[in-house]
Amino acid sequence: MSETQTSSAPRELKLMSRSTYLKEAALKNLFMLCATMAVAGVVLIFLFVGWRGWPVFSEVGLKGFLGGSEWLPTQGLFGILPLLVGSLVVTLGALALGAPLAVGTAVFLSEIAPPRVRSVVRPAVELLAGVPSVVFGFFGLLVVRPIVADLTGGLGFGPLTAWLILAIMIVPTIATLTEDALGSVPDGIREASYAMGATTWQTIWRVLLPAAKIGIIDAVILGMGRAIGETMAVLMVVGNAPVFFRGIGKPVSTLTSQIVMDMPYASGVHRTALFGLAIILFLISMGLVGLVRGLSRLREGTR
Amino acid sequence: MKRDAKNLTNTLALAAFWVAGITTVVVLFAVIGYVFINGARQISPEFIFTNPHGVNAEGGVWPTIVATLYVTGLAMLLVTPVAVLAAVYLAEYAVQGRLVRTIRFAADTLASVPSIVMGLFGLALFVESMGLGFSVISGALALSFLMLPIVMRTTEEAIRAVPKYIRWGSYGLGASKWQTVSRVVLPAAASRIITGIILAAGRAVGETAVVIFTMGTMINTPILPTDPGRSMTVHLYQLSMEGINMPAAFGTALLLMAMVLAFNLSARWLLRRNRRMQG
Repeated sequence: MSETQTSSAPRELKLMSRSTYLKEAALKNLFMLCATMAVAGVVLIFLFVGWRGWPVFSEVGLKGFLGGSEWLPTQGLFGILPLLVGSLVVTLGALALGAPLAVGTAVFLSEIAPPRVRSVVRPAVELLAGVPSVVFGFFGLLVVRPIVADLTGGLGFGPLTAWLILAIMIVPTIATLTEDALGSVPDGIREASYAMGATTWQTIWRVLLPAAKIGIIDAVILGMGRAIGETMAVLMVVGNAPVFFRGIGKPVSTLTSQIVMDMPYASGVHRTALFGLAIILFLISMGLVGLVRGLSRLREGTR
Repeated sequence: MKRDAKNLTNTLALAAFWVAGITTVVVLFAVIGYVFINGARQISPEFIFTNPHGVNAEGGVWPTIVATLYVTGLAMLLVTPVAVLAAVYLAEYAVQGRLVRTIRFAADTLASVPSIVMGLFGLALFVESMGLGFSVISGALALSFLMLPIVMRTTEEAIRAVPKYIRWGSYGLGASKWQTVSRVVLPAAASRIITGIILAAGRAVGETAVVIFTMGTMINTPILPTDPGRSMTVHLYQLSMEGINMPAAFGTALLLMAMVLAFNLSARWLLRRNRRMQG
């Protein structure tokens, strides 16, 4: 609360009437209330999802829920390990494909592309961010899945299809933030590198990417958050079988997709278990945001 | 010899970056092109303006268009005053400290909450605990939490982009802080703020996991905010997963993409026009 005190000098010093002073103070508090809505939102999400999900921890137990290796709601087994592994496999594969593509696109935009090419590619990246995830899922289901089915056998539902779709979906997140990070590298560093006879590639690889390293790590972490939380597109192509990963062409399920699949008919403990999955997802995404903030504080500290 | 190797590596590496950039563009056009080419055959006035009927949802998609625009519009009305005033606080009033750090961390967290978590939150709070049921208002409330951090961030950037000397001019004339903010700063930042709101609305139009658990899946033309409805995204999801009426799925996908592109392109147009006027 020290903020309110430092900025509110006594009325006499501000040379305004009492009514104006009161009005200004009231408005300021109103604005602060609006700003705390973001905090209220986070708290409310945690409270209400937690409240609905809490019984799973008491009824199934922490060990049966977090450590259980079978998700069989009909038999009262709610082990999330297969789903957690599914989410990890899908996310890491998507990052492995999508992060190089996104960082490459960002370097292309910031260092290589001629202005006219850039004026086409940059809006394309921005529009890609706006494509609804259900449309990506639809495209994956009808276009990518048959191709994967030919490659791996089976129906094409599985991690490989999800990787390809998610890799594209995280490109805008990572590319935009990486481009910002590259943009904040001072031009003098580039000029120094070129002046020593370095090629464009040497400048990018030895100078720019190391200089923008923390910003790029931030971007990849946020892309990871996007991939773990992605629901519809994954749900439509991943196959939704709550079993452990068996191969890139075999159906699996993820934390997000299992919630949507089961929610319409779930009741009792099963329903609380789905809210339990949502808590886990919420904690993961909050942890990733915390990690990014910690890293950026580190960066400010080293300067 | 050594210089040749150096130049060859450089050429190959630059080619790889060109490939990355071009791949992104090609994928975007592939998705848009696929949806538009296959969907165009389905689009007719009947498809847009009539109700679906029968077990396979033959006929039109009018109720889903109404539900989507209704819930998005309501969410915009709910989120705009709160988000803009919150941004005013962060940009004009707040002093760096623990409160501001907490607010920023909360906004970042809110921005990265998976949409399915937001959907279950809306289900638990608005649909069940507050007794609003599956309804447009439940959907709009849940979506407004999704849009809040986006509008807050773009508005704060817009306010910070207003030059300092304009404020000094206003204070110099004896204006109070609120007079300066409301008569000088907000009008100067208005077009960028509107751009941010339109972009957030574009996100809301494309959102599925939130509205499926707050607005429901019933095909119904909502009149009152307490009526349930099925958004275009949910309609597309249901049709494509059931796989029984793919022509309607393509048509819905096209209308959805067209709506999202309209939101995004109008935001870009507004921003560019504004830049030209200032430049």
